[in-house]
Amino acid sequence: MGYLKTLTNGILKENPVLVLMLGMCPSLAVTTVAKSGIGMGIATTFVLLGSNIVISLIKNLIPKAVRLPSFIVIIAGFVTMVGFLVEAYAPQLNKDLGIFLPLIVVNCIILARAEIFASQNGTVKSILDALGMGIGFTLALFLMGSVRELIGSGTWLGMTVTKELVEPMKFFVTPAGGFFTLGIIIAVVNFLTHKKPSEKNGCHGCPSADACAKVSE
Amino acid sequence: MNNLAVAPSPHIRSNHTTTSIMLDVIIALTPALIASVIIFGIQALIVVLACVLSCVVFEYLSRKIMKRVNTISDLSAVVTGILLAFNLPVTIPIWIAVMGSFIAIVIVKQIFGGIGQNFANPAITARIILFVSFSSHMTTWAQPFYYQNSGVDVITGATSLTLLSEPDKLPSLIDMFLGIRGGCLGETSTIALLIGGVYLVMKKVISPVTPIAFIGTVFLLSAIMDSNPIYQLMSGGLMIGAIFMATDYSTTPITQKGKMIFGLGCGLITIIIRQFGAYPEGVSFSILLMNILTPYIDKATKIRPFGGKR
Repeated sequence: MGYLKTLTNGILKENPVLVLMLGMCPSLAVTTVAKSGIGMGIATTFVLLGSNIVISLIKNLIPKAVRLPSFIVIIAGFVTMVGFLVEAYAPQLNKDLGIFLPLIVVNCIILARAEIFASQNGTVKSILDALGMGIGFTLALFLMGSVRELIGSGTWLGMTVTKELVEPMKFFVTPAGGFFTLGIIIAVVNFLTHKKPSEKNGCHGCPSADACAKVSE
Repeated sequence: MNNLAVAPSPHIRSNHTTTSIMLDVIIALTPALIASVIIFGIQALIVVLACVLSCVVFEYLSRKIMKRVNTISDLSAVVTGILLAFNLPVTIPIWIAVMGSFIAIVIVKQIFGGIGQNFANPAITARIILFVSFSSHMTTWAQPFYYQNSGVDVITGATSLTLLSEPDKLPSLIDMFLGIRGGCLGETSTIALLIGGVYLVMKKVISPVTPIAFIGTVFLLSAIMDSNPIYQLMSGGLMIGAIFMATDYSTTPITQKGKMIFGLGCGLITIIIRQFGAYPEGVSFSILLMNILTPYIDKATKIRPFGGKR
């Protein structure tokens, strides 16, 4: 895979939230307003960048049997750094994100990229991959946050937009509204990228095919 | 039609078609419609018409955009519209009612493939989303006959469910039975809904199992909890929910045993929410939750063919 492709891969084609379905928990929890979506995205991108660089550098030193604990230790180190930085320089964001800031440690996107990409590729490619995935994650969260904030509170990035014109639908701020928004955005992305199971394949290749068939039996 | 495999006889024949069933449901809903217009005035009719019209238009447009065969002639959108309107207070702004139609028809029904494919009851889901979104509009209950007092726009009051804790303010049993109480526009008149229910059972459109299990569970549990079982039965949306919503074909179990489990579950959840929950009414939530469980109930109660493998 070329360098440019590695960078753009995470933005739409393998968007961590909308295509790979990773990092669902922060995507649903912090996107009630667009601003904390961006904050979460940037914080995660920083951790992803740090962990991808370090892991791609020392990948040959880590014994295979203990690689996952080692990855987690490295990721946790960067999360602690981000935590302190946000607390010092952006206290409001720290308050908005709350527990979800330290929980970046267990964000599957970071561990997945460490395992799938950084531990098998060079440093330059890992940096590009981290940037691409980070931008993809940030964009997805920003999009979700924008939709939910605009419809649910009638504001956008804290500015009043439609609040006075139409009564905001509080449903979109609730967790159920989060799932709903995510589902609709995924559907739209699938439609735009024409990702459709071909007639011949049917449900083949869908991870939920088994469970699906059991229910409809 | 070429894709249908024809099995050897005997075949079960029935004169029921989707359109005839939906027409029967509309006929069964008419007494409640008349009652609501008498109790809440002409505004009730306007809300119903707005919901029905917008449901049919949304159904037509979404089928058109999705390039599917149009199904508005099966009248199911009309039924959804009436049921949705019956679940709204009479004072609801019309744009919220139209938004409810959009949720019911486009989001809940057509995105999942149209009639027969939806996993949840469209009217119930739309009501819940509106309820969560616009709780102040959705819990403003107009008092019966408010339109006769000239000079005042609307007199609002608590629904009888919130009055259960203050017995001296409750309407009399007769008033409750006739529907002279505050509430959503179609849910108040127990007698009118019962007439509709009996009509549907007689025409064999619905099976009486679900409503009886649902209402019976609520009655028994509220009797055990010493919480005025007769008022519990006639309060809130229990009658309309049990007769018209919990008997929807595509979202409730197929077998008699499954219907029984469905009704029991609905009754149990309703009482739990009414007695211990933060919301005063639990009928719509109970039906939605049981809708989600329906595929599993169907699987568990599948009838084994005589002599078939265990």
